[in-house]
Amino acid sequence: MGVIILLLGASLTVALGFLAAFIWSVKHGQFEDDFSPAHRILFEEKNTNNND
Amino acid sequence: MSDTMQTQVACFHCGEECHNNPVMMAEKIFCCEGCKLVYEILHQNNLCEYYDLNAQPGVNQRMQVRRDKFAFLEDEKVQQHLIQFKDEEQVHVTFYLPQIHCSSCLWLLENLHKLNHGVQRVTVNFSKKEARIIYGIKTTSLRAVAEVLTSIGYEPYISLNDMKEKKPKVQRKLVYQLGVAGFCFGNIMLLSFPEYFSGSGHTDVAMNRMFQYMNLALSLPVFFYSAQAFYKSAWGGLKHGFLNIDVPIVLAIVVTFIRSLTEVAAGNSGYFDSMTGIVFFMLIGRILQEKTYQGLSFDRDYTSYFPIAVSVIKEGTPVPTTLPDIHTNDTLLIHHQELIPADGIISRGEALIDYSFVTGEAAPVKKSVGEIVYAGGRQMGGNIEVLTIKEVAQSYLTSLWNRDELQKKNDSSTSFVHLLSQYFTWVVLLIAVVTAAVWAVNDPARIWPSVTAILIIACPCALLLASSFTNGHILRILSRHKLYLRNAQSIENLANTTHIVFDKTGTLTGKSGTEVRYFGSTLSPIQEMMISSLAAHSTHPLSNAINNYCGNSSSYTVREFKESEGNGISGWIENQYIRMGSAEFVGIQPKENHDGSIVYVGINEKPVGLFTVRNGYRPGIRSMLENIRNYYNLSVLSGDNTREAASLRILMGNSATLHFEQKPADKLDYIIQLQQHGEKVLMIGDGLNDAGALRQSDIGISVAESTNNFTPASDGIIEAQQLKMLPAFIRLCKANKHIVIISFIMSLAYNITGLYFAVQGILSPLVAAILMPASSISIILLTYSMSEIYGKRLSDKNHV
Repeated sequence: MGVIILLLGASLTVALGFLAAFIWSVKHGQFEDDFSPAHRILFEEKNTNNND
Repeated sequence: MSDTMQTQVACFHCGEECHNNPVMMAEKIFCCEGCKLVYEILHQNNLCEYYDLNAQPGVNQRMQVRRDKFAFLEDEKVQQHLIQFKDEEQVHVTFYLPQIHCSSCLWLLENLHKLNHGVQRVTVNFSKKEARIIYGIKTTSLRAVAEVLTSIGYEPYISLNDMKEKKPKVQRKLVYQLGVAGFCFGNIMLLSFPEYFSGSGHTDVAMNRMFQYMNLALSLPVFFYSAQAFYKSAWGGLKHGFLNIDVPIVLAIVVTFIRSLTEVAAGNSGYFDSMTGIVFFMLIGRILQEKTYQGLSFDRDYTSYFPIAVSVIKEGTPVPTTLPDIHTNDTLLIHHQELIPADGIISRGEALIDYSFVTGEAAPVKKSVGEIVYAGGRQMGGNIEVLTIKEVAQSYLTSLWNRDELQKKNDSSTSFVHLLSQYFTWVVLLIAVVTAAVWAVNDPARIWPSVTAILIIACPCALLLASSFTNGHILRILSRHKLYLRNAQSIENLANTTHIVFDKTGTLTGKSGTEVRYFGSTLSPIQEMMISSLAAHSTHPLSNAINNYCGNSSSYTVREFKESEGNGISGWIENQYIRMGSAEFVGIQPKENHDGSIVYVGINEKPVGLFTVRNGYRPGIRSMLENIRNYYNLSVLSGDNTREAASLRILMGNSATLHFEQKPADKLDYIIQLQQHGEKVLMIGDGLNDAGALRQSDIGISVAESTNNFTPASDGIIEAQQLKMLPAFIRLCKANKHIVIISFIMSLAYNITGLYFAVQGILSPLVAAILMPASSISIILLTYSMSEIYGKRLSDKNHV
């Protein structure tokens, strides 16, 4: 029975982690714009690093 | 002729056809100087990757932006409203750039720092068409940023609406609630499995006990947090003395929770799995139903159309002034292509005003000094000066928004789902009372379990699920066919329509579908080509229409081309002097008895003939009207005069009501009048002059040439070429109700099965745990497949 409690604790922790990740991603607007990030990554050069 | 063989060349920048004398540069062809200019800027700055990412990614630059247009951005007060964050180093500002449409736009805008070194970072939100720009306060200015954006074809759209405080934040709470409910539901299901199979003897009492407590703990966030959406709506309903569907649902959630608490206290397992499951599914349904279309706005009033500032002449010099600061007797300087923000009298200059914003009528109206111009018109000629006679908020057009009828949004319409749920609730309560009475006589100990079980099992969540999922699907199917409805209630309002009111100009007639006719002495093919060549030099809508009519075969060079704003155009072609425009301009007697706008043509000082240009009806409108006039009362409200009454009568049928010369207030009053006669009115319009009627009607749908265009506040937006599908759309909305009822009947079967156990007081958690998700999922599948089948019919019709 001890092992079940251990496993239960582990599974709940993992699930909580995913819940936190989900809430974090919603909060940071990851579901707001599904176009820009997908295309931005395909551009050749990094545009954030060379602000002369 | 070799000229007719000429193939159309697309502009390297914007992809539009290069009609006449295209501009060449570095082996690239451009349709106009504006497009070439953008290319030059990008070329000089090594930004030509813009053209590699997508072919012809630009936006046409034929309309030049006035040089000092953004002078008002230097005004402190304007800046305050636009800037989101500011310190000694940098400024954050978000511009709305409606031109954003492809990955090239994204790339170019995010490389803006190469064009203006003061810009530090640009982040584009593609679906909102917004660019968040961070720039150094010492190295550049707001005006410079706006101007560099304009120079590459992304003119920021800044309107009076930006002056308003705080835009509504995106509602994310429902999504968080769903996440929490999903998490808890999944884990409770997992922990309940031993309980489900406890009959087979593999149980450990101590472990089961622990699982029960964990379930209880996991159900708390659902009960206190995730279900809040339903508590709020139920409470809101009760406060207004109205039993909406959320009331019995909240009752069921609360009863289930309390019953489960007592069960756990007594050493049994509760119904936490059913409770969290139902909250989870209902939240999904709610989110599906409330899905919003980003980039579409259903709430635009005049402030979205009006500029944020105009030039006011103070002591001889124009000073940019924000609109609320304009007072009567101020002199406004209105430039070419600018909107007149307040009613006034022209004090200098010749006005050629395009009221298409207001009335949908494309042909501009001529006004001279001393005449009154109304707010909302766009000046098309040179600069004019206007002496304001009313402030912006009191102007004729804007005052419409302040009318009492529009202040309160009619929320009297309630969904049939709520009514149905009321009957349902009473029946359930009756069963509960009868059961309680029966057990009170036979076995009082079983009153509590049986009565609570009835309330749990008979929760109308299946009905709510059926309606929210069906609504969600129908909204999605409609949006696939380019009809975007504001919310689920609009589906029902559309289905209940009894009277359809159309606006004429811009709604029944197209802005692009122009009909050109020629009267006069026959033109030779060479003359047609000459006229076409001349017309191609002008960007005026009438010139475009005539150029198209003459076959777009412009191949002659025009010498000494002159465009006299508001009068006409002239030029020399092969020793022939050609003039086109008003009768005055061409020098002939005007002829009155023609429809639409008239353009006279003179060759070598001799009158030749005239073109009439008028808007044609949209394709497919005729058969659509023939179809719906059998089922609905029809009306047409037109701002125009009666010149097209006869043809409109044929189109609309004998029973239709036609009203002409309707002002915005008349349209609104007509709708109110219909509603007083018990009609459910569907208003279809497009201009700001329909805005009042669109708001007042039971459902108002605005017609947009493309969804990027601005539309007045309404319950729905339809793309113009889809208007012919209207009868099919209404049928689909009616089917919506059938689907909900069929799903509801099916869910009743589940309920009755559950009740069979419940009244006897033997509803085990296992039965509940199977019945609840099974009924929910099967209802979701049923509504999905049924709405898809109905939607399929729509697509089939679309292709015919």
